[in-house]
Amino acid sequence: MEMDKWTFGFTLMIVGMGGTFLTVWVLALVINLLKKIYPLASDSGEKKNA
Amino acid sequence: MLDAILAGLSGMMAGFNFLFQHGLPNVIMLLVGGTLLYLGVKKEVEPLLLVPIGFGCVLVNIPMSELGEAGGLLKLLYDMGIANELFPLLIFVGIGAMIDFAPLLENPKILLFGAAGQFGIFLTLLIALALGFPALEAVSIAVIGACDGPTAIYVASQYAPQLLAPISVAAYSYMALVPIIQPPIMRVLTTPAERVVRMGAIKRSVSPQTKLLFPIVVTLVTGLLAPKGLPLMGTIMLGNFMRECGVVARLTKASENEIANVVTLFLGLAIGGTMEGHAFLKPETMAIFGMGFIAICLDTVAGVLFGKLMCKLSGGKINPLIGAAGISAYPMAARVVHQEGLRADKRNYLLMHAAGANTGGQIGSVVAAAVMLSVLKGMGLI
Repeated sequence: MEMDKWTFGFTLMIVGMGGTFLTVWVLALVINLLKKIYPLASDSGEKKNA
Repeated sequence: MLDAILAGLSGMMAGFNFLFQHGLPNVIMLLVGGTLLYLGVKKEVEPLLLVPIGFGCVLVNIPMSELGEAGGLLKLLYDMGIANELFPLLIFVGIGAMIDFAPLLENPKILLFGAAGQFGIFLTLLIALALGFPALEAVSIAVIGACDGPTAIYVASQYAPQLLAPISVAAYSYMALVPIIQPPIMRVLTTPAERVVRMGAIKRSVSPQTKLLFPIVVTLVTGLLAPKGLPLMGTIMLGNFMRECGVVARLTKASENEIANVVTLFLGLAIGGTMEGHAFLKPETMAIFGMGFIAICLDTVAGVLFGKLMCKLSGGKINPLIGAAGISAYPMAARVVHQEGLRADKRNYLLMHAAGANTGGQIGSVVAAAVMLSVLKGMGLI
């Protein structure tokens, strides 16, 4: 793909930064989902102490 | 007989002759190697890396040693582990085994700081392009802003191997200088009221299952969105999965100790071996060091500004200082944030929150590099 350096630079910046935010946002959503599916058992800390 | 003795002696003097006749770059690099050793030993600046790098630099700049040429030890190490990206990936397994992602998992939205802290990469890319570097060299230089040595080495060794030495030395040097570079920027960009925001204690809310599934999920999501970076993310998450699954303690310990130590030694020596005077001392090298510095400053600026935005959006519940920890450089950036928090308020303990942002930065830096590589692949440039 032929493009001048500024088109290349700004494209990579916009898509790269956007892609980075999108990816970590998806990861944050998935982590929240995991936490909902596998909540921390409320007594796990107490069992350990006991 | 006398001729043979003189010929033998001339062989012993060849190194000195070379130094006197055209060895100025070697002399300068011997001094550079000595400086790296001084910084590593006396100042304890990233000693695990600067000592082997410095020593490798000294070795390769001794004339006639041929250590950096085909068949030489340093070239052999380079071909074994850098030319094929093996060493940075093995180090990533060790890093994954060392990192506890719990503070990040407790508060997943903090992961966004890890993305904001990568903004310097992309602005530095524009600067490198403006200075006339070709596209792939500019990308490799910009990745210094990931503040993550293995990622910088991984990208540079693939797409700008001729710049590997200055890029890797700049990446590790600036990571070591994070405690000096970041605090002034943090103070300029935040108000005293913002610096004393207390975030409270982190409530324990992550189950062992979540911690176990986290590395698998991250591998799948990032692998699907940015497959070119999968070697980086896959190895770091392999190390973390071994840590969390708890059934391969020997492998985990070997990854974070023996393997990481041996590979760090080889990696450092091999990088030092690329610092041969005639190849290293070029205007491009100074430009790369300058841009590396700018990249880390811009990362910090973007991280803190994003922290201010999150502070506003959260109604003042997030201390903007933790944005500075989003730049990877794990765990140094988290400590810097904690120290700055304590400086503003002696009872403000930001360490766990900063550690969460910092581990987010570790992920963010790899994601940014992976996304960049995948975009380049999409453009047909790699």
